[in-house]
Amino acid sequence: MTMYQFINTILIGITSGAIYSLMATALVLVWRSARVVNFAQAGQALLSTYIGYEFIQRFHSFWLALLLAMIAGAAVAALIDATFMRTLFRRAGHGPIAGVAPIIATLGLLGLIRSLLGLIVGGKDARISPPVSNIGFTVSGHTLALSPLKLLIIGSVLTLMLVLSLIFQRTNVGLALRASAYSPEIARLAGVRVDGIRTLGWALAGAAGAAAGMLQTPDGNGALSPDSLEFSLLLVFGFIAAVIGGLESLVGAVVGGLLLGLVLAFVLTYISGSLVFITAFGVLIVVLLVKPGGLIGSRRGRRA
Amino acid sequence: MTLIVSDLSVDHGAIRAIDSISFRVEEGQMAAIIGANGAGKSTLLRALSGLTRASKGSATWKGQELLYSKPEKLVRLGVSHVSEGKSVISELTVNENLSLGGLWRRNSEESNASREMILATFPRLAERISQPADTLSGGERAMLAIGRALMSKPQLLLLDEPSLGLAPLIVEQIFMSIRELTSQMGLTVILVEQNAMSALRIADLGIVLNLGRIAAMNSAQQLIFDPQVHAAYLGY
Repeated sequence: MTMYQFINTILIGITSGAIYSLMATALVLVWRSARVVNFAQAGQALLSTYIGYEFIQRFHSFWLALLLAMIAGAAVAALIDATFMRTLFRRAGHGPIAGVAPIIATLGLLGLIRSLLGLIVGGKDARISPPVSNIGFTVSGHTLALSPLKLLIIGSVLTLMLVLSLIFQRTNVGLALRASAYSPEIARLAGVRVDGIRTLGWALAGAAGAAAGMLQTPDGNGALSPDSLEFSLLLVFGFIAAVIGGLESLVGAVVGGLLLGLVLAFVLTYISGSLVFITAFGVLIVVLLVKPGGLIGSRRGRRA
Repeated sequence: MTLIVSDLSVDHGAIRAIDSISFRVEEGQMAAIIGANGAGKSTLLRALSGLTRASKGSATWKGQELLYSKPEKLVRLGVSHVSEGKSVISELTVNENLSLGGLWRRNSEESNASREMILATFPRLAERISQPADTLSGGERAMLAIGRALMSKPQLLLLDEPSLGLAPLIVEQIFMSIRELTSQMGLTVILVEQNAMSALRIADLGIVLNLGRIAAMNSAQQLIFDPQVHAAYLGY
């Protein structure tokens, strides 16, 4: 019994950790390319997931909807950067509020997206049901916390991270993205159009956030609402995971997400559900005080 | 394809860093810009490459205005700038730094030819091709920074203190390579240097800057032997 409980805790931790990793990746991508902590990411993910929900109604295919939601998430993020953020940096990029303006702006944007969603979808009952069974496999009479759905979530996150790392490591665009993140001035001197590259960074982040929202929802109770607590938690846990990983590195985002997922799963199973939040924020504060650069915050981490 | 700078001024807030300077550099020539710290040497280069906005004046190259433009646009006009502090990206490998310089050309055959030429000139870079740039020595970083700039297929090369922090022997080597490469490629070069003698020895034209103004301008040969220049600006 205890053996299965232990294994199940690990499985739950990995699944939720994988989703936190995706959200952390979204936050890291924007931070690296624009030096902005994007609190609006929760709103963007929620909006993208609503769009995904509409596509599911139309095409009855979760996977097609996931792809389209990611494209929509990328488009929304690119639009936010190319219009709103670009104007903000031109207008408020200097002077006394330059440091906090982007943070206030993304918080404002979060509120704006949620209120607009509230206006549009209102009390409509939106629900995303699992595309495959979420009933755990059984091994010699014991039910595992590993269902076809959880397997697909882990597989999707793995695939997306692999694709992202291939883009970053193997393509010219990836080289331009990394160079702009590490040293915008040298990138510009080498001819990289850093404005466009920054917008692309936002777009990739928007897609990752959309995927996190689309995968998380059917794994939970499936319900969507404009003031969804699940999406607020996704942002908070994604942010903590990103900080654990050093905020600069994609590998760090994955490690941070999985670590946080596992720690929270163990607290939930072996101690108490009421300690989950305390643990999450405790981990955040300990990391900030003891290793503010994150566990993988070194130059070496930034390379990945 | 002469670089003609006329009446150029650059302000840093209330301070005039460059004050109405004019000069011209003929195609294929190398101008050494020397002078003390704070004379405005780096600011001049930054204005020419688009990193810093000029306040007034003009700088034309191939009949095009260079000032008031973005660096990423000027690269496409053939202007390549190696900024202060050996501008390489530490997190990227040697090879990635070189590729970065060639990104905008979108022609892999041409880029590969440039890469081979650079690696043949600086075999140390070839040995370290897949190492991250932060593992390089100061001299190797200087070579990589120059190599990155050459990958951009420049015609006007702006070099900011390639000798900074290097041992004298390495400085001589790097300056010889710069001279060789740039005359081989027919580049017009502006070389900003504190190390005045080494710079004047490889340059055609010498310009002495002092507090944002041109204090002396002559052929590099003449400046080397000008006692007044020695006493006032070269410090010996």
